[in-house]
Amino acid sequence: MSAITERLKNGIINENPIFVQVLGMCPTLAVTTSGNNGLGMGLATTVVLLCSNLVISLLRKIIPSKVRIPAFIVVIASFVTIVDLLLQGYFSELYDALGLFIPLIVVNCLILARAEAYASKNKAVAAIADGVGMGLGFTLALTVVGLIRELLGAGTLFEMAVLPSSIQPISIFILAPGAFLVLGILLAIFNYYRAKSIQGGK
Amino acid sequence: MDLLLLFIGAVLVNNVVLTRFLGICPFLGVSKRVETALGMGMAVTFVMTLASIISYMVYEWILKPADITYLYTIAFILVIASLVQLVEMIIQKTSPTLYQALGVYLPLITTNCAVLGIAVINMQAEYSLIKSIINGFGTAVGFTLAIVILAGIRERTDYNKIPKSFEGYPIVLITAGLMAIAFLGFYGLIK
Repeated sequence: MSAITERLKNGIINENPIFVQVLGMCPTLAVTTSGNNGLGMGLATTVVLLCSNLVISLLRKIIPSKVRIPAFIVVIASFVTIVDLLLQGYFSELYDALGLFIPLIVVNCLILARAEAYASKNKAVAAIADGVGMGLGFTLALTVVGLIRELLGAGTLFEMAVLPSSIQPISIFILAPGAFLVLGILLAIFNYYRAKSIQGGK
Repeated sequence: MDLLLLFIGAVLVNNVVLTRFLGICPFLGVSKRVETALGMGMAVTFVMTLASIISYMVYEWILKPADITYLYTIAFILVIASLVQLVEMIIQKTSPTLYQALGVYLPLITTNCAVLGIAVINMQAEYSLIKSIINGFGTAVGFTLAIVILAGIRERTDYNKIPKSFEGYPIVLITAGLMAIAFLGFYGLIK
């Protein structure tokens, strides 16, 4: 049991896909114009990651290592198609907001990286725990970036107004440059605290 | 005239990296030196233009007649992966110098989401074959432009003193943010 919680903690904090590994930057920057979009994208990616990790882990002894990358991509693309159709059917608002970036979950380096580095070498249960941990870490990071941009750029949090209307929102934060600036500063803050905690440990 | 506007729009106004956020990984990863950035840009241009043509053909001539358009994600990624493999083999055989220049970057292009992104954008906008090619090529030129400019700036900032916690990715992201502000200036250039 502790191994599973260890994988979850690893994915969410120690090896957070965005803040530590810096993987999957395209959706992180593109869809985080609001907390809701960030959360939706994160959960969609988590579902794909969980399913592909499970299948790849089950097939790990069958797939020949020479063609493993194309095989992984086909598995991932199948699940992305399923998620794409489900979102279109049941969450059409979110589907419209995420648009192009749903099919692009296929080329999210995070998913291929976990397939290659973890799922293809470990048992199914551990692979699922890894997928959930990494997925939640990704979701957490996307939601945080989305909330910061939404607060600064539109003055709302999850579409609820929190700033008084006398404060003019800084709309550049929901435009393209805001994504780079917010993520850059968040990474710097993360680095600062990590360096501090490493020093403190010594 | 339409095609020229489409081209300028793809290079500057809807710059693939700075306004559409596609292909961020190579943009951040291989932009340390101008030469390597240029090599990456050339490889992407090559693959993206070809991928626009072939994914158009696959979509119009195979997926549509067979009424399986919902499989486009799988079809396109397979096209791109095999295309990258093929291009790698052809270049290796015909021009060893170009292969050495591009070699390392070619396999990386499979996971460059800009290539798949452009194939999907062409499909969603229902561009004709000519428009798909222009859009693919223009987008790739825009990618090359952005990555070369970023590499040029990074060569300079290498020698600057920056706060320790900003070293590495943070400062690159902020540089890219400032570039994106500059590219916002092109907004409204084409109506």
